[in-house]
Amino acid sequence: MERFAETFLNWNVMAQYAPKILEGAWVTIQIAVAVVLAGIASGLALAVLRAFRFRLANLAIVVVVDVLRALPPLVIIILFYFALPTVGIQMSAWVATWLALSLVLMAFSEEIFWAGIVAVPKGQWEAARSTGLSFLQTLRDVVLPQAVRLTIPPLTNRTIAITKNTALGAVVAVGEILYQAQSAYSFSYNPSPLLLGAVAYLILFIPVVYFGRWVETRFAWKR
Amino acid sequence: MEALIQSFFNFGILAQAWPILLSGFWMTLLLTVVVVPLGLAGGLAVALASTSRNFFLRTLVVLYVDFFRAFPPLVLLMLVAYGLPFLDIRLGAFGSVALAFLLNTSSYYGEIFRAGIESIPRGQTEAARSTGLSALQTLGYVVVPQAARNVTPDLISNTLEVIKLTSIASVVALPELLHAAREAQSLTYNATPIIAAGIIYLVCLWPLVRLLSRFEHRQIALH
Repeated sequence: MERFAETFLNWNVMAQYAPKILEGAWVTIQIAVAVVLAGIASGLALAVLRAFRFRLANLAIVVVVDVLRALPPLVIIILFYFALPTVGIQMSAWVATWLALSLVLMAFSEEIFWAGIVAVPKGQWEAARSTGLSFLQTLRDVVLPQAVRLTIPPLTNRTIAITKNTALGAVVAVGEILYQAQSAYSFSYNPSPLLLGAVAYLILFIPVVYFGRWVETRFAWKR
Repeated sequence: MEALIQSFFNFGILAQAWPILLSGFWMTLLLTVVVVPLGLAGGLAVALASTSRNFFLRTLVVLYVDFFRAFPPLVLLMLVAYGLPFLDIRLGAFGSVALAFLLNTSSYYGEIFRAGIESIPRGQTEAARSTGLSALQTLGYVVVPQAARNVTPDLISNTLEVIKLTSIASVVALPELLHAAREAQSLTYNATPIIAAGIIYLVCLWPLVRLLSRFEHRQIALH
């Protein structure tokens, strides 16, 4: 037990690296917020574009979304960070992580928004158009408000899952929590920083998990 | 264009890297067939425990599920792979991945199974029990067959995520597909192996993505 405490709960090591972990937590929050904003906004934009039903554009959207849903996020990050520079496209590790995760969230949220738009009965479109609303007005004022409500529970869960992937940034040395914990671990050869990092994630994400649960019951689909 | 082909679709390099990629592919496949059934079994146990009448067991399971859902899988994997050896528990790379995945995926699968079990009205269990079926028979013949149908899309979706997630095993140097691709890249100084790995993931997982997309539309349309 003493040995356990000394290896996993070594206060000296923890106190030494706690500021680094805190710094990492800030980076994690920044990436997560940036991913959520960019991912959901672009996903909604694609779903709206898809509602115009231009055949070529829709085909392109389906292909892009499918590819982004089939590839592991870590593969996309590594592709951006290690493969793109060989054709002259350079980006920082932060940008690679942010862009990869935003694209993944874009793909998932586009699918969810689109499923919501399709789920709004056709009669609503027809009724709105026949009262003189334009296509865009119908979409904005009649269809989207109903569609978005349907999509909130699945979208929240997916978004939470993707924001946790910010930890993947550690692989390309983005200075977020896991990276800080890992480098502290290798400097001190003591796993306490890893535990500290884990605690930091719990503090950040347990409220998020509970928020997800609350949303799920609040907006539960009535079967 | 020439440069793009040279660095991304270089067949000479591909031929050189192919044996490494192929062995990586087999490792990913092996990982999948170990980790998915383990997660399903663990998830079923979690779900059964969470519907038990024992208050302490139920509370314990809720804590377990929330705890592991709040942890990014990569953080959990690092903790298992680098932390446990300090307690003289040496699982090796494969064992560490299997354990981390069991903890992570069983909580996700558990939530899905629980939702499925709760979607079956209590009256059905009572009716089945009153006709003389045992608790186990009720579960096996009445509840699970209906519950499984209700949650099939979620099960497929989670399984897709688990397969994609196996790519994080590369971080603890398990030679699966992504690890193989990175190794081949560093041997050949060329990004073709990473592109090839991406294409392999895409070819294998695209059918699942298509299937899922159809399920999702039906689910939201039937809300």
